Amino acid sequence: MTNSIREIEAADVIFVIGSNTTENHPVIGAKIRQAKLKGAKLIVADPRRIDLAKDADYFLQIKPGTNIALLNGLMHCIIDEGLQDHEYIRTKTENFKALREQLKEYTPEKVAEICGVEPEDIRQAARIYAKGERAGIFYAMGITQHTTGTKGVMAISNLALLCGNVGKTSAGVNPLRGQNNVQGACDMGGLPGDLPGYQKLHSAEVIEKFERAWNVRLSAKPGLTIPEMLDKAEAGLIKFMYIMGENPMVSDPDIQHVQKALEKLDFLIVQDIFLSETAALADVVLPAVSFAEKDGTFTNTERRVQLVRRAIQPIGQAKADWKILMELMNLMGYPNTYHHPEEIMNEISSLTPQYGGISHDRLSLEGIQWPCPTKEHPGTPYLHKDGIARGLGLFVPVEYEASAELPDGDYPLVLTTGRILYHYHTRTMTGRVEGLNQISNEAYVEINPITAEKFGMRNQESIYVISRRGKVTVKVYTTKTVEENVLFMPFHFAEGAANHLTNRAIDNIAKIPELKVCAVRIEKIDDPFKDEKLSFGDL
Amino acid sequence: MISLTINGQKILTEHNKTILEAAEAAGISVPTFCNDKRLIPHGACRICLVEVEGVKNLPASCTTPVAEGMVIRTHSERVVQARREILSLLLSNHPLDCLTCEKSGKCKLQDYCYEYDVKEDIYGGEKYNFPIDASNPFYQYDPNKCIVCEKCVRVCNELQCTGAIGLNERGFLTHMGTPFEMGMKHTNCVSCGNCVSACPVGALLPKNKEKYRLWQVATVKTTCAYCGVGCQLELHVKEDRVVAIQPGEGSPNDGLLCVKGKFGYSFIHHNDRLKTPLVRKNGELREASWKEAYELIVEKMQQTKATYGADAFAGLTSARCTNEENYLFQKLFRAVIGTNNVDHCARL
Repeated sequence: MTNSIREIEAADVIFVIGSNTTENHPVIGAKIRQAKLKGAKLIVADPRRIDLAKDADYFLQIKPGTNIALLNGLMHCIIDEGLQDHEYIRTKTENFKALREQLKEYTPEKVAEICGVEPEDIRQAARIYAKGERAGIFYAMGITQHTTGTKGVMAISNLALLCGNVGKTSAGVNPLRGQNNVQGACDMGGLPGDLPGYQKLHSAEVIEKFERAWNVRLSAKPGLTIPEMLDKAEAGLIKFMYIMGENPMVSDPDIQHVQKALEKLDFLIVQDIFLSETAALADVVLPAVSFAEKDGTFTNTERRVQLVRRAIQPIGQAKADWKILMELMNLMGYPNTYHHPEEIMNEISSLTPQYGGISHDRLSLEGIQWPCPTKEHPGTPYLHKDGIARGLGLFVPVEYEASAELPDGDYPLVLTTGRILYHYHTRTMTGRVEGLNQISNEAYVEINPITAEKFGMRNQESIYVISRRGKVTVKVYTTKTVEENVLFMPFHFAEGAANHLTNRAIDNIAKIPELKVCAVRIEKIDDPFKDEKLSFGDL
Repeated sequence: MISLTINGQKILTEHNKTILEAAEAAGISVPTFCNDKRLIPHGACRICLVEVEGVKNLPASCTTPVAEGMVIRTHSERVVQARREILSLLLSNHPLDCLTCEKSGKCKLQDYCYEYDVKEDIYGGEKYNFPIDASNPFYQYDPNKCIVCEKCVRVCNELQCTGAIGLNERGFLTHMGTPFEMGMKHTNCVSCGNCVSACPVGALLPKNKEKYRLWQVATVKTTCAYCGVGCQLELHVKEDRVVAIQPGEGSPNDGLLCVKGKFGYSFIHHNDRLKTPLVRKNGELREASWKEAYELIVEKMQQTKATYGADAFAGLTSARCTNEENYLFQKLFRAVIGTNNVDHCARL
C-alpha cells in the first residue's frame, strides 16, 4: 500500500476493485465501512456482488477479466469532463498526452459493452472518484491474477495519478497483500531477480555488495519463478526442490501439472507445521513451528514491520524455520551462526536500505513502516510525499485484452476463484479449527439460479465442474452473487480443488497465473453413488 | 484551552473533550462500563457519573463536555453513594455465580462491586430469565448476565459495521438480542467476536474448550499469522498452551479482529502437528531424527550440486514465515547453494 490502514477513516472516496475486502482483509473491510459511515463515497467494481457492494454508492458488476477496460473507461470519462487534476499532471507526471490519446476510444458506451455494465454508472463512478479530495484505490488479486495483471496495476496507477491521488494522506494505490508476510517475503529477496530490498541482480554493484557481506561468490544469473520451476521440474531440469511453508498441491493452478512436476524431482524437502498435500509427496519433511512458538517479524500490507513473539515452547521436536535454515547452512559448510532472530534482523538492516533503521528493539510499540533508512527515522506512513520516487509519475497507457481462455461451445461458462472469510489459503490451519469447519467444510461452486435452472441443477446438488485441465465434484450453491454464466469457486479445499480446473497461462511480466478466469462446463452426476466414490478418489 | 478543577487539581484541556477524557488525561481513574474510546459516547451505564459544582444532578462524565471553570469531584461521598446504588441495582438482577463464571478476574462488575463494597442483592426483585444463545460455534451469549451497556451493539454497528445485533424489548426486559430472537446463527453475524472482546461482563464469552482462570494466564503480544492486515493479538497462555486471543490496541487493527484471528487458533495444539522429521523409506514417510534427516539432505544437496550444478535446485520460501526466515532462505540458496532459483507464493 502507498498509504496506511489508519488513513482509511479520513478518505472521502474509496474505490475497491478486485478485492472482496470484508472477507479477505476483514479488518480493512470494517475500516472501509467505518469511513462510509463517516460520509465517504464508496465505489465497488467486481465480477461478484460481494458483501461490500451493498454499501457502495456505485457498484459495477463487471465481467471477469475486464478490469482494464473499466479503468480506461473511467479515465476516459474523467478527461472528457475535464475533471482530472491539471496542476498535478503538469508538475508531477509525464506522458499524459499519450494517455489521453490512447483513452479516446474507451468511451463509456464501448466499455459498458465489454464489462457488462451501464454507461451512465461508469460516468457517475468516474465523477465521484475524480471529485474526491482524498480518493484511495484498494485492490487485490482480482486485479493481478490475470494474464494482463501487470497492466491492470498500471491502469490503476494511471487513474490515481490522473486525479493527483499519489503522495497524499488517505489516498493512493493500495494493493491488499494476501498472506501475513507476503510483503516481507518480497522485501527479503524471496524473488528470483531481487536481492533483499528489491536490489537488482543485474547490477554488478549490488552483487559486489552482497558478495562482500556474505563472503562468497554469487551467481548473477536470474532465477526461475514458480511456474518456470514447475515447468523445468516436469522437463527433468530441476532435480532438487526445497519448499518451506507452502502448499502448491492446492494453491497453484493446474494441480495435475504441479503433481507431475513434483513427482519428477530427484529430491523434495517440505518444511511445514502439518503434513500438507505437498508434504505428502516429499522425500524429507521437516517439522517447523507455528507463529506462537517463535520470535521474528512480519511486514503487513501497509509496510509495517511488526514483532512476532514466542508465547509457547515448540511442539514435539519441531524447530523454528530460521533455526533449521541456519543449521543446514552450517552443515553445508557456511559457518554463519545466529542466537536469536534479532541478530538476523541486524544483518538485514545493514544490507537493505528500506530496513536500514529497523531493529527489534524499535518495534515493540506499533512497529515501523518502511522505508526507514536510519535509526532516527520514524518510518513512512505514506509514500511519494516529497514527489514521486522516480521523479515524475509516469503514465503508461495500457490496452484491454481478453483473458487467455474464453468460454466457447465446449466450455461455455467462466470460472473465477477466490477466498472466503472462514478459511485461509489451503486450509492447513483453518481446516483444523472445529468452528470454522462447522460453518464451511466442503468445496462448492456458486451458480446464478438462472444458469442452474438452464442446466437442470438444484441448490446443494453435487455436480461435475470440468475444464480442459481437470474435473472435480462439488456442491451447487445457487446465488445471485454471480451473474448468469459466471461461476465462482473458493480454492481452499483439497477435495474438489478449484485449481484442478484453473489455467496456468501467466502474465508475461510478473509471471502471475490467470487464476481469475478460465472456461468450464458443468455436468449433472447421474449415478447417485458416483459422487461419493469420486470425492474419495480425489484424495 | 479550557481550565477546570478535578478533585482539587487544576487541569488544562482542549475544549472538545468530555469530563471523562479530561480526568483520564490527568491520571484520574473513573469507572466505566459502556465507554470505549473508539465509540460515540453513549451514557448508558451511568457508572461514570461525577459531581459538578452548581449542577443539580450527577451527570455522566463520558457524555458531558468540559466547560471553563468547572469544578468536578469524581469520588465525593455523594458520587460514591450513587455508584453503589447503580451497582446494587445491577447486582440485584445479576447471577451471583462468580465462582464458576469464566469472566471472573476480568469482570468490571466484579471489580467495581469489590471497589465499592457492594456484596449482595439488597432489592430481591424480579430477575431476568432468558434462554442462553449458544448457536454460534465460537461464542455464547447469556442475556441474564447482560448489564445493557450496549457496547456489543455499538461495536457491531459502529466499528465492525455488520449490524447483526440490537436491543430488543423495553423497560426491565431490555436486552441485547438478534432480530426476532432468531438466534446468532441465523443473523448476518460474521463471528468476528469483536462484541465478545468488548463485553465488560460475562454475557458474551468465547466457547472455551479449556478451563482456565484469567489470573492464571500470561499475555503475549504478537502479530496474527493469517492475512496481510497484520492485526496485533494478545495470546493468553496457560501452561504452555494458547487458550484465548484478545485483539491488540493501536495500529493497524485498533482492537478489532476477524473470526480467524480471534477464534482460529486451535490448530496450534492440534494432534496433526508434525513433531519429528519424516524421511521416505521404501516409498513411505517414516519418523526420523533430525540428525538422520539432515545427513540425508546434505548428502543429496552435495550430490545434486556436483552432478547437475547449482541451477538444478529450486526453492520456495514462504509468505507465512518471518522476515528473518525469508532472508535466511534466500541466503541459503544464493550464498550456499549458489542459485537464484528462489521464489514464493506472492502470485497465488
